[in-house]
Amino acid sequence: MSTAGEAIQDHDHDHEHHDHKATGVTRWLFTTNHKDIGSLYLWFSFIMFLVGGAMAMVIRAELFQPGLQLVDPHFFNQMTTVHGLIMVFGAVMPAFTGLANWMIPMMIGAPDMALPRMNNWSFWILPFAFAILLGSLFMEGGGPAFGWTFYAPLSTTYSSDSTALFVFSVHIMGISSIMGAINVIVTIMNMRAPGMSYMKMPLFVWTWFITAFLLIAVMPVLAGAVTMVLTDKYFGTSFFDAAGGGDPVMFQHIFWFFGHPEVYIMILPSFGIISAIIPAFTRKPLFGYASMVYATAAIAVLSFLVWAHHMFTTGMPVFAELFFMYCTMLIAVPTGVKIFNWVATMWRGSMTFETPMLFALAFVILFTIGGFSGLMLAITPVDFQYHDTYFVVAHFHYVLVTGAIFSIMAAAYYWLPKWTGNMYDETLAKWHFWLSLISVNVLFFPMHFAGLAGMPRRIPDYALQFADINQIVSIGGFAFGLTQLMFLWIVIKCCRGGEKALAKPWDGAEGLEWTVPSPAPYHTFETPPEIK
Amino acid sequence: MKTRLILALTALFSSSALAESQLNLTRGVTDISSRVYDLHMTIFYICCVIGVVVFGAMFWSMFVHRRSKGAKPATFHENVKVEIVWTVVPFLILIGMAIPATTTLIAMEDTSDADVTVQVTGSQWKWHYKYFDNEVEYFSLLATRQDQINNRLDKGENYLLEVDRPLVVPTGQKIRFLITSDDVIHSWWVPDFAVKKDANPGFINEAWTRIDEPGIYRGQCAELCGKDHGFMPVVVIAKEPAEYEEWIAAEEERQLKAKEEEQRLMSMEMSMDELMDLGESVYLGSCAACHQANGEGVPGVFPALKGSDMALNDIPAHIDVVVNGASGTAMQAFGNQLSLRELAAVITYERNAWGNDTGERVQAADVNEYMNQ
Repeated sequence: MSTAGEAIQDHDHDHEHHDHKATGVTRWLFTTNHKDIGSLYLWFSFIMFLVGGAMAMVIRAELFQPGLQLVDPHFFNQMTTVHGLIMVFGAVMPAFTGLANWMIPMMIGAPDMALPRMNNWSFWILPFAFAILLGSLFMEGGGPAFGWTFYAPLSTTYSSDSTALFVFSVHIMGISSIMGAINVIVTIMNMRAPGMSYMKMPLFVWTWFITAFLLIAVMPVLAGAVTMVLTDKYFGTSFFDAAGGGDPVMFQHIFWFFGHPEVYIMILPSFGIISAIIPAFTRKPLFGYASMVYATAAIAVLSFLVWAHHMFTTGMPVFAELFFMYCTMLIAVPTGVKIFNWVATMWRGSMTFETPMLFALAFVILFTIGGFSGLMLAITPVDFQYHDTYFVVAHFHYVLVTGAIFSIMAAAYYWLPKWTGNMYDETLAKWHFWLSLISVNVLFFPMHFAGLAGMPRRIPDYALQFADINQIVSIGGFAFGLTQLMFLWIVIKCCRGGEKALAKPWDGAEGLEWTVPSPAPYHTFETPPEIK
Repeated sequence: MKTRLILALTALFSSSALAESQLNLTRGVTDISSRVYDLHMTIFYICCVIGVVVFGAMFWSMFVHRRSKGAKPATFHENVKVEIVWTVVPFLILIGMAIPATTTLIAMEDTSDADVTVQVTGSQWKWHYKYFDNEVEYFSLLATRQDQINNRLDKGENYLLEVDRPLVVPTGQKIRFLITSDDVIHSWWVPDFAVKKDANPGFINEAWTRIDEPGIYRGQCAELCGKDHGFMPVVVIAKEPAEYEEWIAAEEERQLKAKEEEQRLMSMEMSMDELMDLGESVYLGSCAACHQANGEGVPGVFPALKGSDMALNDIPAHIDVVVNGASGTAMQAFGNQLSLRELAAVITYERNAWGNDTGERVQAADVNEYMNQ
């Protein structure tokens, strides 16, 4: 563990009399403090991660062997649907918002988020959204069973009445995201400390800044899509029904116009995290800061031009297929730039391998593998074979689990000393990393083979040739799921005590957050720091 | 430690567990599918080469430039030339990849000048095939037995990939598929042809293939289409043209005869036992997926028939919903899927099974009369 950082403890006493906070449950209900709200988001997302993970365990248990053993196909579909919704909207996105709340003000030298009451509100509507979604599973007819992509008309004419609750819950999630995004943008534009110019901002701040614009652009589109589903189902409209002059494929255009930027919403903040951690443990500045900023912006712009690559088999004109294939392939260029820059940062550094760095390195390798399969999927003629198979499932779990979620874990280990004032247990954390790394690959890597061999996704039972692969995948799944309970234990242990952390526990770390004591006082940077 | 684990894993994968499973994309049996396979392998190898370079540089750093080996950090952090190089080089590789992809794609989408045209219609959860050049059409349903799915019987070789009536097509001829749907979106997929096309309700998509070798080719529905999405296989038999001609002629005649036979049988009364026997088999094949074998349905999704007011009291409404379906719901129109006898039998069955016990018989003539009103 690095100990060369210099503690700045002398401010502690000055700050103590500012740290008035309510006690008990009202502290958390009424809080407008960015650190409290950040913690709420992070705990909430971890709970959702476990709930969504439990659903994944149901899926993998059913798929452990061919034949139907545990659940019926209708319930299986509810599990895949709600697993996806929970992981996307309940686990990954709130985790990033939590990190943004905790870190952005501290990184730009601001005392808090710009709109603290809205911040409170944007968090506290989330538990209601997910209570509604999870509650719908217990309705007569079951919860949503049409996939997290809720393609019409399966989600309209052919869905159960829980669809109304699904629509309401997605609306709430969307409002929460939009409020969070507005807060991030207003904070970054107005509350940077003197001297903190845009091109001096840490990359985590930059990537979140761009992510927030994506959120504001596409969440209303999602809201429109669910509203049209609602009116098609209950109010006699025909947006997606050919019999009334509508078009079911239009649903997919609208959905993926939201959906593709959405997947970058879930990865751009990761890029920021990795760009903070790799230099810290390489003891060398990030290579190509400016090109990293431009690459992130390029990815964000391109993300609006590639949505129909999710729809190559819907019967588009050849010209459209070509356009979306070329645009999708283009995304490999700025993404490649980022990966090359990280590798160049490591080159001739002085590396150490604490847990945040291990997760960051695993991110670079495994996210790149997810990028490779993404490039393969971009090639339209071959996508006809890959589309809607386990190859796609493998692809997006590599970018979302070993991408987004590994980066969130890296971030948690990196900043836990700042949040709690204690060092986490490095031995346990290394166990957590290695077990996660092995099990996650046993879980997702064989899925590539299942998909190539022809196994469709979203099926509760499969032909015998896929039996061996599925068994291996399920074993990896159970192992990965159980391993994450270790993470819970490590975090709780760290919150409760441990070796005291210095203000800057990582000797190579850069940034304003390391200039305040650990744990970070309840209020930081009430007087803005001067950036030179 | 990591390398040893990887080695151990590789050994596990290559030896016992996956020895019998297919691990790669199929090359298939058409010119297009083999071009697709080549594209797949090309892009895969390109990714491998890039991976070796990038990960190689990373691992080199990890082993050589580590502090425990006394590495002192360099201070460089920018180089415009390098940035330009690693922007331009990938761009050129992508152009190299896009060219063959484009020509293949254009060939795949050219459905002109077909020799045989088949309309493929998906519905929950079966395929319907209609030949344009002959008076032949039929439904193709999963043939795997429910007892195998529920683990009460051993599973056969083609578990979940077998149907009662496969699509039959000639080899060496250009076959055009017109693909559509009666309810939700399905996707008709045969990996060996590299054909996967969505079946959209209210719209018709086109795809084509030209099969080189006779054989049986299996695929599945690829788009989530509701409860039994996983139980909707596609089976295609490709026959030599002469054999195909023979088959289609015989099939045409058989279907014509069946229609005549149906008219002739119209006047015949079926007994309760006959109706119930036939009705049960039709019910299990066409109705039980939703309404369940016990007639209780799935509350909130599929209504129960057991004890329902319609099944107990209202014969005209019952015939109407079975023949015409119920618009705006998952209930399909079975009027064109089942014969008059089968319709009569299944309606009778639903009115007398599971304690419904109305004692009423519905005859083919009753259904015919209703349909001709």
